[in-house]
Amino acid sequence: MADVVVEQGRHVSSVRPRKRASLRNTLGRKSTVAFFLTLPLILLIALLVLYPAFFSLYLATLNKAMTKFVGLGNFTFLFKRETFWMVVKQSCIFAVTAVIFKALIGFIVAHFVHNIPGKKQRKWRGMLLVPWVIPPAMSTLAWLWLFDPSYSAFNYTLSFFGVGPIPWLGETFWARFSVILVNVWYGAPFFLIMYLAALKSVPDQLYEAAAIDGANWWQKIWYVTLPMMRNIIAITTLFSLIVTFANFDIVRILTSGGPLDTTHLFATWAFQVGIQSSDIPLGACVSLFMVPILAVAAIFILRDVTKRGNEA
Amino acid sequence: MSTLAIDKAGPTRKLGSMSRDRAWALRWSYFFLVLFAIFFLTPPVYMVITSLKSSAEISAATNPWWVFHPTLSNYVELLTSNQFLRFFWNSSIISIVVVIVTMLISIPAAFALARMKFWGSATLATGVFLTYLIPDSLLFIPLFKMLAMVQDLTGITLLNRWYVLAFIYPTLTVPFCTWIMIGYFASIPKELDEAAIIDGASWLQTLLRIFIPVALPGLIAATIFAFTVSWAQFLYPLVFTTSVDQLVLPVGITTTLIKGDVFNWGQIMTGALLGAAPPLIIYAFLMDYYIAGLTAGATKG
Repeated sequence: MADVVVEQGRHVSSVRPRKRASLRNTLGRKSTVAFFLTLPLILLIALLVLYPAFFSLYLATLNKAMTKFVGLGNFTFLFKRETFWMVVKQSCIFAVTAVIFKALIGFIVAHFVHNIPGKKQRKWRGMLLVPWVIPPAMSTLAWLWLFDPSYSAFNYTLSFFGVGPIPWLGETFWARFSVILVNVWYGAPFFLIMYLAALKSVPDQLYEAAAIDGANWWQKIWYVTLPMMRNIIAITTLFSLIVTFANFDIVRILTSGGPLDTTHLFATWAFQVGIQSSDIPLGACVSLFMVPILAVAAIFILRDVTKRGNEA
Repeated sequence: MSTLAIDKAGPTRKLGSMSRDRAWALRWSYFFLVLFAIFFLTPPVYMVITSLKSSAEISAATNPWWVFHPTLSNYVELLTSNQFLRFFWNSSIISIVVVIVTMLISIPAAFALARMKFWGSATLATGVFLTYLIPDSLLFIPLFKMLAMVQDLTGITLLNRWYVLAFIYPTLTVPFCTWIMIGYFASIPKELDEAAIIDGASWLQTLLRIFIPVALPGLIAATIFAFTVSWAQFLYPLVFTTSVDQLVLPVGITTTLIKGDVFNWGQIMTGALLGAAPPLIIYAFLMDYYIAGLTAGATKG
């Protein structure tokens, strides 16, 4: 409709003197306007996202001094190192465990909040979303202090229950547990909000109908809630998987990868290798290993997103 | 028609047991919500508790969950130290510039992508979305190298300059803000802008007079996100800046307040709390916009 009107407008203006009209035509044409409106965005993405991404591929093929092309030398070097395989393993354990717990806690808490009558809901929602609002670097410092080896508030509290002092960040198992715990704490509120929004969009009649059919609590969740929330659950989980997999702040501040590199993720190890030991090509190489996982998750997310695009 | 009748009959038949069930469900909900609230709020509350303690009280083996001699000395010390104010200033200017740059880029782009179907517009919209999925931890090494290269080639110092960060953060904020603005703009009824164009408004006028006012809630949500993302960013400043006077809050607190193995926890927690304050205050007032933005665009989690 609008297009037709614009076409007509241009037709009218072309009756005017040629030169000025043609300039105005080009400037006023929809595609030209659209081009100028999106140009800054295109430049930003091309210069500061696409170019660095390909540049990183190129960097990964250089030697440490960045003077010689070594092809896949950095990759074969990584494959021979034990630390690399440990990082792969730890990144996967970390991302999968953290996302599962975030999703579970988010799902459960969303139901509890949904049960609360209207007015009080806002207060609870506000309180439970706080971890998500605090910059992770700041809140992780609080966790670091809670885990402190000599003055740990957690160990102090546990001692009342007769549980001995736990070396939160000093032992591999507990260090891995701690970084996952902090990530779950930080990310669960995001799932809570997404699931709460999804729950609100489930029509009440469905639950009423289920109740009349004699469905119990589990059956209502299994046959009504889950199918209705399936899309949101899938897309939130995939999103979170990407971000958790690429996490940097929490591990960097809490353990810096220790003890003995056992809590390193791709991002923190790439930082240590590439920036701290200034072997930029090897660091670039390490972070490139995140790409396959990100790509797979992105493909699945895109399927949902194009659905949204078609509806709009 | 028949389902409607059953719907009405149902509750009356089992009204007593159902309301009793409901009351119990409510009690259990409150019980578990309190437990989860304790879990979620322990670190921030502990920040507040520690920030009110003197270092003598922190190193004394007393109950860590209680303040016996509250003092504001940590706050006074931090708020009068040049270093800390410098970090705060750097963070604030960067975040404000990032918000402005982000809005200037993403609003026009979102408008074009939502309303003007042009060659490649669908691909570009998908591209914006994909860019949004690319994490900072993938790009920090090539970006670091790029800044160093520009410095070598032109002699302009880019590394270790805090204001350079303001032009790198938009890579994190623009894709997301564009994406949610596309969503908001697309939800505006077509009749509105068609009417404007029939009345002779240009595309720019349509954007300024109709889209921006109507999509104001989305705009506020996007602004909050751009601000919180750039305020919280940790990796880029950690890599790109090193001198104390060039640091932003998160990096400044983690690197300068920890001296060797000595942790001055009172100051660290006060710093962390003050660093967390601006996003928390914004959130306290604009929570609904924040949540609307979260759910509209599915931000990263």
